[in-house]
Amino acid sequence: MKRTAPYLVLAALVLLPLMQYSPVLRLGSDWMHVIIMAIMWTVTGMAWNLLGGYCGQVSFGHAAFFGMGSYCAALMTFHFQASPWWGFLVSIPATAAIAMIMGFLVLRLRGPYFVLATLAIGEVMRITFENLVDLTNGTKGITIVRDWVDKTPYYCIILGLAVGTYLLIKRMIGSKWGYYFVAVREDQDAAESLGIDTTRYKTIALVVSAILTGLAGAFYTVYMGYIDPQVVFSLGDISILIIMVVMVGGVATFWGPAVGAVIMIALSEYIRTIPYLGTAYQTFFGILLIVIIIYLPNGLVGDYRKLAKLFTRKTPGAA
Amino acid sequence: MLEIKNIDVFYGDVQVLWNLSFHVEEGEIVALIGANGAGKSTTLRAISGLLRPRTGGVYLNGQALHTQEPFRLIELGIAHVPEARRLFVEMSVEENLDMGSLRGEARTRREETRKLVFELFPRLKERRRQAAGTLSGGEQQMLAIGRGLMGLPKVVMFDEPSLGLAPILVRDIFEIIKRIRAEGKTVLIVEQNVRQTLAVADRAYVIENGKIGMEGTGKALLADDHVKTAYLGV
Ligand SMILES: Nc1ncnc2c1ncn2[C@@H]1O[C@H](COP(=O)(O)OP(=O)(O)O)[C@@H](O)[C@H]1O
Ligand SMILES: [Mg+2]
Repeated sequence: MKRTAPYLVLAALVLLPLMQYSPVLRLGSDWMHVIIMAIMWTVTGMAWNLLGGYCGQVSFGHAAFFGMGSYCAALMTFHFQASPWWGFLVSIPATAAIAMIMGFLVLRLRGPYFVLATLAIGEVMRITFENLVDLTNGTKGITIVRDWVDKTPYYCIILGLAVGTYLLIKRMIGSKWGYYFVAVREDQDAAESLGIDTTRYKTIALVVSAILTGLAGAFYTVYMGYIDPQVVFSLGDISILIIMVVMVGGVATFWGPAVGAVIMIALSEYIRTIPYLGTAYQTFFGILLIVIIIYLPNGLVGDYRKLAKLFTRKTPGAA
Repeated sequence: MLEIKNIDVFYGDVQVLWNLSFHVEEGEIVALIGANGAGKSTTLRAISGLLRPRTGGVYLNGQALHTQEPFRLIELGIAHVPEARRLFVEMSVEENLDMGSLRGEARTRREETRKLVFELFPRLKERRRQAAGTLSGGEQQMLAIGRGLMGLPKVVMFDEPSLGLAPILVRDIFEIIKRIRAEGKTVLIVEQNVRQTLAVADRAYVIENGKIGMEGTGKALLADDHVKTAYLGV
């Protein structure tokens, strides 16, 4: 069961677009949108999890990478009249460079100092992109022409990115690097004394995490067709949402980000339709986060046994 | 063999070690004793590179250690068995031992060294697949020592290995330390368990407020009046 689960999930995801054409249970394009977003957030969640979950370096500034990737795609068109798809390629060195600078500046800091520094860098990026009007068109944002009206090609691309991300991270965590990351998370001094170049491995986790987040950002641009700094460098709607996705699903688990993304995106789409709520929907997420931290500190995936118990408690003999 | 020369060590702006010097010769067991907060752990951290002395230096067979990156010291032959053990609690016993032998020769001779460690600590062999966090205090200390030995060190530094252990286990730990020396290692040990430490140590230094107060053979210090009143409560 455990071993076949990934293939079953993948098969279901590959077949999913066909549901758009099925006569019964017809999947509308608004549903396709929700699913595409959920997969995109799965990618960013997995990327964040590599650094925050496995390596223990909690970042409140992943919007820096997401926004950088978004702008790489948008600026290809805006300045060079090139296809925004080149942004995927360009975003890799761009986000890696930001991550390395960030690593140099803040990876020596520990605990709350590191967290605060990442938060600051995310905000610095937003403000910079708002004000470098000649380069970025400022707060007016950038609109690009989308290639397809149909959602299916976007779905296939983001699914491909998600599968690639999953395989890459699984490979990294399964290798000796995975042990080094966990050692850094559990005890940095001990890791260093045992011969692990902790700065180097933290930098590796940060750079890989940044590149994957940037690719998701580039996808966001080509898919949505419009970005501005407030959207793609948003503290609440990007940096913190990524953390929520991982916390709800389960920190340092392979499937946590996927589960968290589905729940968070489904919830936010649903809650936003409640009339007169406005941005108060964020309050709801705050409450959800508190409940998760108290009752399921390891997330839905990490604490699924606890959850299962909750539902089977009335028939103790059954298990 | 190991030489600490006039080191001043700070936490931020607060100076904790003052012009501290001492040396450990090959094959010796040397103890640092002193009250809580005297600066014993800080001294070990300065030797293993986790803290940098602002002035002075640390040398192993003449080679400067204080200019090296801390993660290189294990390959140069320094093992630090830290205070409170600092194991990777979510990893198994075996994985913790592997983490002690990541580089160079220690890596290639891992299987062989692990066998030796399991001979020294048969309990660890029984529990090799168990998560380190689920071991008893004594077993965790054994694992911390075993992990240190996995790096094939020349010098093993122990920071309060008897802390929190039952008296009978404390005796075992001191026996183990003697055996490690018999295997050809040099030992530097920090302890508050002064009586038993001085009984196994060839030489010892008393650290008081970040300075070396006294030095002598283990026997001589055990008989010393100041040590008796200040550390043995006689
Ligand atoms: N991380 C730290 N930051 C600031 N001061 C510290 C830190 N660790 C230890 N100290 C201070 O340094 C002094 C020596 O501590 P330590 O070396 O741990 O003593 P010992 O191991 O002899 O009990 C103490 O006054 C302690 O409060
Ligand atoms: Mg101490």
